[in-house]
Amino acid sequence: MNEPLSKDAVAHIARLARLELGEAELSRFAGQLSAVLEHVEAIQRLDTAEVPPTSHPFELVNVLRDDERSACLPREAVLAAAPAAQDGRFRVPRILGEAP
Amino acid sequence: MSRYTITGETGEWEIVVGLEVHCELLTKTKLFCGCPNAFGDEPNTNVCPVCLGLPGSLPVLNRRAVEMAMAIGTALGCEIRPSSFHRKNYFYPDMPKDYQVTQYDEPLNVEGRLTLVDGTPIGIVRAHMEEDTGKTTHMGGDGRIHGADYSLVDYNRSGVPLVEIVSAPDLRSPEQARSYVSELRAILVATGASDGRMEEGSLRVDANVSVRRFGGEEFGTRCEIKNLNSLRSLVRAIEYESRRQVELLERGGSVDQETRHWNEVEGRTSSMRSKEEAYDYRYFPEPDLVPLAPPAEWIAEVVAKLGLMPAQRRERLASLLGESSEAIEEQVATVIDLGLDDLVVATIASGADSRLVMARAANEAAQQPDAARQLDPERFGELIGLEAAGTLSATQAKAVLGELLTNGGRPADIADRLGFKALASDELGAVIDAVIAANPGEWDRYVGGDDKVAQFLLGKVMRETKGRANGKLVAEALASRRG
Repeated sequence: MNEPLSKDAVAHIARLARLELGEAELSRFAGQLSAVLEHVEAIQRLDTAEVPPTSHPFELVNVLRDDERSACLPREAVLAAAPAAQDGRFRVPRILGEAP
Repeated sequence: MSRYTITGETGEWEIVVGLEVHCELLTKTKLFCGCPNAFGDEPNTNVCPVCLGLPGSLPVLNRRAVEMAMAIGTALGCEIRPSSFHRKNYFYPDMPKDYQVTQYDEPLNVEGRLTLVDGTPIGIVRAHMEEDTGKTTHMGGDGRIHGADYSLVDYNRSGVPLVEIVSAPDLRSPEQARSYVSELRAILVATGASDGRMEEGSLRVDANVSVRRFGGEEFGTRCEIKNLNSLRSLVRAIEYESRRQVELLERGGSVDQETRHWNEVEGRTSSMRSKEEAYDYRYFPEPDLVPLAPPAEWIAEVVAKLGLMPAQRRERLASLLGESSEAIEEQVATVIDLGLDDLVVATIASGADSRLVMARAANEAAQQPDAARQLDPERFGELIGLEAAGTLSATQAKAVLGELLTNGGRPADIADRLGFKALASDELGAVIDAVIAANPGEWDRYVGGDDKVAQFLLGKVMRETKGRANGKLVAEALASRRG
């Protein structure tokens, strides 16, 4: 069995998901997530050397559409669904850092 | 190309550059939905549930985008392989879904090559498909991200099809990098997949730059430079960044692998994010899209439709023009860049003087490229014939060409209408004699062997005839009078 998930690893995952977790939560989730990993690890015991990786559960490939226009949404409706809008655009809080 | 090195205090350094070029495809619609792929429309008018990432919406891949991506791959000599799409997860408001759909470990095009104009081969690692992001505008502060009070987002560009072309780290100078992007741009335009407009952002370049001791084998730690909006920025940014790294290393420091932002005004790069913020994209297969595995027949169709690439076009013109010179190479580049080489080749094939065809195409026709691409080679050839025979002077031929491009017609008729009757030789003779009589001092110097005065006398004749005289004939007449 692999090492149980560390609190640091849980903190990292929480950060990626933009979740703020307290000390107690980090410990609790470290335990729970380790249990989940342990459960899934059963699969790693199988010999999959001869099994090709599954890119997709369906066997379909090349599902394509023609390069033809379809209807867009009216802008008023689109912006009405946003918490804030200005000058025909979505208004979002101050961004720290550049786009990835 | 001569070797490019940076001379530091401790010796010579070599730079290593690899480029990532994002190319927006000229499809009518977006990559996964039928919203228009258009630049400059009113914000958020080309959006739908798919490109806004609304719950329950499902993407479907655009066939034309795949064809364009395969055309690009073919033009770059890549192998086209079965591929799949992944989600690249990150939180940033330029993607409403909080992930970008891209090709990760199974790109459509792999292992190609681009040959620079000087013959240097540059490896292409991959050319994969992905979707573009929305456009954010930072408000308040000084308009930059740092200090902005809030941001406004337009999702018209979100989901626009892109091909990202990743070069091998084969470039060794800023000039080579410029040459690579310039040739790549010409190739992309030739495939019909791109308009090649860097200033509008339809072609965007990121540069991975590292340095190493000259002659070294191992690569140094690289930095990725973003925000390179022109070839000039690209060259300046690589020059700056490589020197920064050399100075850092010579002071005993080390280069952090990071993303840096090029500031065109300040002429420097700066770190965009600290190491702690290094991104972890958690790529995973996009479950809403099935794999893309273009069958051989489809690939063959795309390959068959591909026209001549810039290198082939240059060769074709070179073989027609014979001995080359810098001026001719420039004409060739202009003509190919504007897509006028088919006209030039057809006109020369009809028997017109090749050098004259090139000159008129690269200088005058190039002023009206849209009209020139529609020009009937036969008409163009007639015009060149009139000029070559001396029936029209160069000035007159240019005027007739302008009229031909604007309103069409037959060159001979246009010349008549413009009053460009060939100057009868006795009329020309009389003008030349009058000019000689009016400028005895200059004439004496010319007769005395001062050939520079010929230009002066020629200019006088041209003015008297209002440009109707054929310069070559005037020069000959002057020379024969000198005896």
